[in-house]
Amino acid sequence: MSGLPPQEINPFAGVDFAEMEKSLQRPRTLINALLDLVVVGMTALALIPLFSVIWMLVVRGGRRLTLALFTELPPAPLEAGGGFGNAIAGTLVVVGVAALFTVPFAIASAVYLAQAKPEDRLATSVRFAAKVLTGFPSILAGVFAYGVIVLSTGGFSALAGAVALSILMLPTVVLTAEDAIRAVPARMREAAIGMGATDAQTAWMVLLPTAFPGILTGVMLAIARAAGETAPLIFTALFSNYWLFSHGRLHLMQPTASLAVLIYNFAGMPFDNQVELAWAAALVLVLLVLALNLAGQALSRRQQE
Amino acid sequence: MAEAAATTQEPTATQRLTDKVFRRGCQACAGLILLLVLFIVVRIALAAVPAIREHGIGFLTGTTWDPNQGRFAILPEIWGTLYTSLLALLFGSVFGIAAAIYLSEGFLGQLTYDVLKKLHLELNPVFLRLPAQLEGMLKNLVELLAAIPSVVYGLWGLFVVIPRIRPVCGWLNAKLSFIPFFSTPLAGPGVLPASIVLAIMILPTVTAIGRHALVSVPPKLRMAAYGLGATRWETILGVILPTAARGIFGGIVLAFGRALGETMALAMLVGNANQIKLSLFSPANTLAALLANSFPEAGPKQVTVLMYAALVLLAITLAVNIAGSLILQRASRGSEGART
Repeated sequence: MSGLPPQEINPFAGVDFAEMEKSLQRPRTLINALLDLVVVGMTALALIPLFSVIWMLVVRGGRRLTLALFTELPPAPLEAGGGFGNAIAGTLVVVGVAALFTVPFAIASAVYLAQAKPEDRLATSVRFAAKVLTGFPSILAGVFAYGVIVLSTGGFSALAGAVALSILMLPTVVLTAEDAIRAVPARMREAAIGMGATDAQTAWMVLLPTAFPGILTGVMLAIARAAGETAPLIFTALFSNYWLFSHGRLHLMQPTASLAVLIYNFAGMPFDNQVELAWAAALVLVLLVLALNLAGQALSRRQQE
Repeated sequence: MAEAAATTQEPTATQRLTDKVFRRGCQACAGLILLLVLFIVVRIALAAVPAIREHGIGFLTGTTWDPNQGRFAILPEIWGTLYTSLLALLFGSVFGIAAAIYLSEGFLGQLTYDVLKKLHLELNPVFLRLPAQLEGMLKNLVELLAAIPSVVYGLWGLFVVIPRIRPVCGWLNAKLSFIPFFSTPLAGPGVLPASIVLAIMILPTVTAIGRHALVSVPPKLRMAAYGLGATRWETILGVILPTAARGIFGGIVLAFGRALGETMALAMLVGNANQIKLSLFSPANTLAALLANSFPEAGPKQVTVLMYAALVLLAITLAVNIAGSLILQRASRGSEGART
């Protein structure tokens, strides 16, 4: 090789250029193109249910969407008309009470977790417990609330439903709030400490206000999830055909209607009016949940920017 | 002078006290979460003790559930739970991984580039971020699947999925009834519609965690494969999927845990029949659906039996979820080495 003049070296000797050309007749590229098609098709198929659900909700639920739905009580079988005003109020009250239980408690825990040292045993196990709770079947939260509240107070109640939902909201709020507090720039905390602020003052005046949008995102997502939960409510809050407020009082110890349980109960009924109401309730519930989700996402995006 | 003194003073006794109370309070709240999880497990277990004493291990292996005779056993429910969840996992993970690949391997980027090139707009800076935006939008659409409440999926399954698949199932049953999976006709609710809806519900979990695993594959591995002349699919199948395998698997295990505990869609679609059959079209029952249907009318004696069933469900889902979390933890630790 070394004896030859340089211009006689052909670096492409033995290379078949036709062989390298991209062509669908070659198995390699053909398989590539086929798999491209398969994956595009499967992704499209995976999204069909989403559009089908939304389409059905708009078509079948939108038909019944009138103001009466929000003000009237559920109809008796074979009765025409009616609405589910009490179920909307019930969902809002139960979820609101659950949020009241969970949010302060979860944020306080998140403050501790975010400030804990990496070798803190308690923080590690609490974080693990919260992660375990995220995968906790929602019906078991209902079973627990049934055992603790329903059996000891002697009856189904809105309060028992709220306890069940608060357990399900807890991990989402704790984990997102911890992330939000950790994302507060270290220099802000250091500045506060440098000014002589105590830990409580740092958390209260610097960390929590700065992390507020992120914490709110977590709360919104948790509320959205809780509003759609049915399984933990069926045998804690049960159902009711009447308003949760009467005589100017809120009856937290009474069973209450909720949108989710109303859908479940009415979907299986052999009456067209009830089925139609179930679809309308599903539309209202999905709109509520989506609005909360989108608001949460918008908040977290603004925080990232 | 007075101002300077005000800004630099030492914390007063009240401030010290508030600080201490605040710190202890936060720690106590965190500790209470741990206690809460333990309390939930203990409370359900204690409530189940009378039933465990009475029915023992036979509860898990028997097949009759008859409140009138006081005979209770949950093998059909355990079978139904595992059968529907595994079927859903099969459908859900195949489609979920496909969507994860589509959303992470630059398919959309290439598509938008090709379309823009046709319009001679590919160098226009307005469209610079378009592929990333489209990818984000599609990712949010898949996540919306997870936001829809399960009871709405149940309603949709009852009025859309069952009527749509019934002709296909009828045909399969008529022509291929010698295959055990097709041995009974689909009368209405059954294993297959329940599994299809369950698959849709777990798909976002698989896609989100799978996409995360694919995106965290170090870029240099991908570039090296392309540099060697591999086609896109040779890169995906030969390099990227094996590297991300552990993370994807962790996601599938977590999705399995979710499927096991899912209640409403199954309570509405599975048919609540206490039987063990291989047929995809026969009704069945699951643990969660059993709890949902029996608790509202349960008497004190049946409550302890149901608590026993809840304890079994708790044990299964806890084991699966902890396994999934540990796999994901090890996966992220493993990929840290490859990135540096």
